[in-house]
Amino acid sequence: MSDSFRTPLGRVRGLGSAKKGAHHWWMQRVTAVALIPLVVLFTAYLVMLTGQDWDVVYYVLGRPTAALITTLLVVALFWHLSLGLQVVIEDYVHDEWIKLIGILAVKFACIFVGGACIFAILSMAIGG
Amino acid sequence: MAEFNLPKNSKITEGKTHKAPAGAKNVRNFRVYRWNQDDGKTPSVDTFEVDMDTCGPMVLDALIKIKNEMDSTLTFRRSCREGVCGSCAMNIDGQNTLACTKSCDDTKGDVAIYPLPHMKVVKDLVPDLTTAYAQYASIKPWMQTQSPAPSRERLQSKEEREKLDGLYECILCFCCTTSCPSYWWNGDRYLGPAVLLQAYRWIADSRDEMTGERLDDLEDPFRLYRCHTIMNCAQTCPKGLNPAKAIAEIKKLMVERQG
Repeated sequence: MSDSFRTPLGRVRGLGSAKKGAHHWWMQRVTAVALIPLVVLFTAYLVMLTGQDWDVVYYVLGRPTAALITTLLVVALFWHLSLGLQVVIEDYVHDEWIKLIGILAVKFACIFVGGACIFAILSMAIGG
Repeated sequence: MAEFNLPKNSKITEGKTHKAPAGAKNVRNFRVYRWNQDDGKTPSVDTFEVDMDTCGPMVLDALIKIKNEMDSTLTFRRSCREGVCGSCAMNIDGQNTLACTKSCDDTKGDVAIYPLPHMKVVKDLVPDLTTAYAQYASIKPWMQTQSPAPSRERLQSKEEREKLDGLYECILCFCCTTSCPSYWWNGDRYLGPAVLLQAYRWIADSRDEMTGERLDDLEDPFRLYRCHTIMNCAQTCPKGLNPAKAIAEIKKLMVERQG
């Protein structure tokens, strides 16, 4: 049944408690709650700007309020995404190396794409 | 990776059919999982035609009748036959429950009986609970204090005692733990609903003084936070308890002590 003479309790106690996880879990909830108003506001902008000219869209999204809302949306969204995908990978990937690479890839991708979004927003807001 | 296919040698084949005695009028088919490590065969499902006119009302009554009268090699655990010991936990009609408190009349058609899901099988309906019991031991399920032992009972108010309601009734049958997909995928590190409910039973006990250390030991991405509130545990508990709620209370305390 087992390939080791380690006791069942020894195997279960393993490397001990990581003494973390609460912050990860809590931030997933906090970002989820933050996303509710942000998504509603962003959707309102999308509806309002549908069919408008490029110049109008560019101008409106570059206004301070819109730029702030979209920036916060991007931060909350990609933060939430990276926390959530990390959990999915930890759930289903049991090879330690693939797990590590997967989680790193998710984090880098979220920071890269989120960073690109914020750069685009700032260039509309400041770059003119 | 998560196991989406049955491991090799786990494909279940059709087993033997044990006929009801001639003249039986009220016959129910019991489709029972069979496996033992000695004959080198893959698992099979045997069909037992049970004469319900001469059988007790519960699924455990039928299993005992089968073992007594039809096939004495059928292996299962049972003891108290009244839902207190947790020995006869198994998967009946697709749901983990206790054979002794599950009425045959509550199932429709053929009664399918399998061992608790995703545990190693010792034989037939007997799962290997070694890891689950070790996980229970790992949370130190006994009262721990710093104060010197009192010369009399440790007192508890009525309200403090009420906090243990819905927790102390757990009989450790592991119906909930083995119904949890998160435990299926990560049962080596995730403690599972039964053990977490027991952990909370000691966290919630006003007489225990090691609450912080207990929370320290649980705060781990795998031990506690593999619970994704799937709620199978609360759905399946044969005692009507809610392990998911106990886990949620632990998560609340983890946040509470941070700020």
